[in-house]
Amino acid sequence: MTDELVIGGKKLTNRLFLGTGKFPSKKMITEALRRSGAQVVTVALRRIDFEAQEENVLNYIPKDCILMPNTSGARNAEEAVRIAEIARAAGCGNWVKIEVISDNKYLLPDNYETVKATEILVKKGFVVLPYMHPDLMVAKRLQEAGAAAVMPLGSPIGSNRGLKTKEMIRILIEEIDLPVIVDAGIGRPSQAAEAMEMGAAAVLVNTAIATADDPPAMAEAFSLAVQAGRKAFLAGPGRIKEFAEASSPLTGFLR
Amino acid sequence: MSFYELVQKYREFPVEEFWGKVTDSQVEKIIAQDRLNTLDFLALLSEKAQNYLEPMAQKAHRLTVQNFGKVIFLYTPMYLSNYCANQCAYCGFSALNRMPRKKLSLSQVEEEARLIAATGLRHILILTGESRSKAPISYLKECVKILKKYFSSISIEIYPLETEEYRQLVDAGVDGLTIYQETYDELIYDRVHLKGPKKNYRFRLDAPERGARAGMRSVNIGALLGLGDWRKDAFFTGLHAHYLQNKYLDVEISVSLPRLRSYPGTIKEFKPYCQVNDKELVQFMLALRLFLPRCGITISTREAPDFRDNIIGLGVTKMSAGSVTAVGGRINRGKENNIPQFDILDERSVSEIREMILSKGYQPVFKDWHPIEVEVS
Repeated sequence: MTDELVIGGKKLTNRLFLGTGKFPSKKMITEALRRSGAQVVTVALRRIDFEAQEENVLNYIPKDCILMPNTSGARNAEEAVRIAEIARAAGCGNWVKIEVISDNKYLLPDNYETVKATEILVKKGFVVLPYMHPDLMVAKRLQEAGAAAVMPLGSPIGSNRGLKTKEMIRILIEEIDLPVIVDAGIGRPSQAAEAMEMGAAAVLVNTAIATADDPPAMAEAFSLAVQAGRKAFLAGPGRIKEFAEASSPLTGFLR
Repeated sequence: MSFYELVQKYREFPVEEFWGKVTDSQVEKIIAQDRLNTLDFLALLSEKAQNYLEPMAQKAHRLTVQNFGKVIFLYTPMYLSNYCANQCAYCGFSALNRMPRKKLSLSQVEEEARLIAATGLRHILILTGESRSKAPISYLKECVKILKKYFSSISIEIYPLETEEYRQLVDAGVDGLTIYQETYDELIYDRVHLKGPKKNYRFRLDAPERGARAGMRSVNIGALLGLGDWRKDAFFTGLHAHYLQNKYLDVEISVSLPRLRSYPGTIKEFKPYCQVNDKELVQFMLALRLFLPRCGITISTREAPDFRDNIIGLGVTKMSAGSVTAVGGRINRGKENNIPQFDILDERSVSEIREMILSKGYQPVFKDWHPIEVEVS
């Protein structure tokens, strides 16, 4: 049976989501998508030039990919809502990654405004995937608000530091009845595999791929790592034992 | 606390003595650190640190790619007016300078905008000479109304305003503010600004903060390198950016590193305090990147093509392209009396700059902002 992830009514077989922000060229985005097989791609509305053919990043994204515009640049819920509406009106579909950031130094998400934006956008018919701090209560509120998934950060955007928030993400995976997609901070394919082994539904990667020496090859490496991590999760990894299991146990005589 | 208090605090600081004591091992240790404090930044601006440009460049490259990606944001300046109420010893627009004064009519603004937009650029920086009476807020608002049809981001580089005035421009559609302190040395500042409202050091110093408070999304500051001791001006510029970045978290702070350039005009006797060479400018840029990894860094067409090509990857995030520093420079191209504010060195077209950036393995970004008008409930 195919292992599918269903979000907003769309069936996904590839659990690597790709960000497009930092690539050395737009053509490289097409190639990274091809090599990774990623089906979901996020693009900042602020970067889309709908009028200029060559400069329009959308022209470099295959039509069979699911476009997930993000609200990069929004400093509060109102701005995020407005950006999502502009994107939908411009033909970018109804998926949206909410990104409300009012801290330009660390680019950390504002959970409070994110919840507000989610509540509004779900009511307006969007498939909402909010980028968030991995906070259980906030994740529950996002779930109640009708988010299609939650996207906790592994570590700050672009840091490539990996799963610094691992324990909190683990709690979200256990407690939230929504796909948990680890977004931000994943810097190595092994870290993507680790997130998937934990039970994350998918990972979103941008910096680690876009700034690699060979972005398409790195995109493929990430895709393979995500598949490996997912298979391992489904296979149910053996438990970690604190003590070695001796072939001649010291307490064997007690039987 | 205003930034002025920090300026005063460091004015008492024995900078030369500090620089004289900077050691090789200290510089090496600072380069290896994850986070730098203000004195670390000061040490990286020392003459001693100039021996460490390569390791600084390696780290600056890594930080820049990590935080911004392999992209260079592009914009172009558009001069609306060259009337000026100030007498600045170093500027081609000085009221003392006998030159033809112009102000674009609204139809000329539209014509110039159309020519710029045809190059693909979506970010524009509008400039005026510092004359409130000739280029009042009302005129700027009219211009912005036209420019909004062609550009997604409009920044201003004009005379300093009060917070409420900045807010009016933000409401009209301006999202970025550029304002240079010229020099942070208050004595030199007083000496080179001979007459006019610009003599008010403190009013200018606090302008970036007023812009941030008024809702500007991006604030770009800088010193005109060469007016004062460049190392000190570099330090205060970084300190200022750090102050703004920490106090106005939701504002994108960036720094320009303009070097004083010659200009056509009648006042030729001005002698800069120092000439900043390429190595020194790069040292400033690298030190700034290590100190403020998320700060934007702008290099304009004041710099030569070779230099601009080679600094991609070292910290720069934003470049001007297809620049003209004369009022209506594009619609009046080739005409007499088309006098620029200063000479530019990189005269390549937008498409040439685009190709150059791509050849360096970087993506030229023409649009990085989409205007949002939020309904007030």
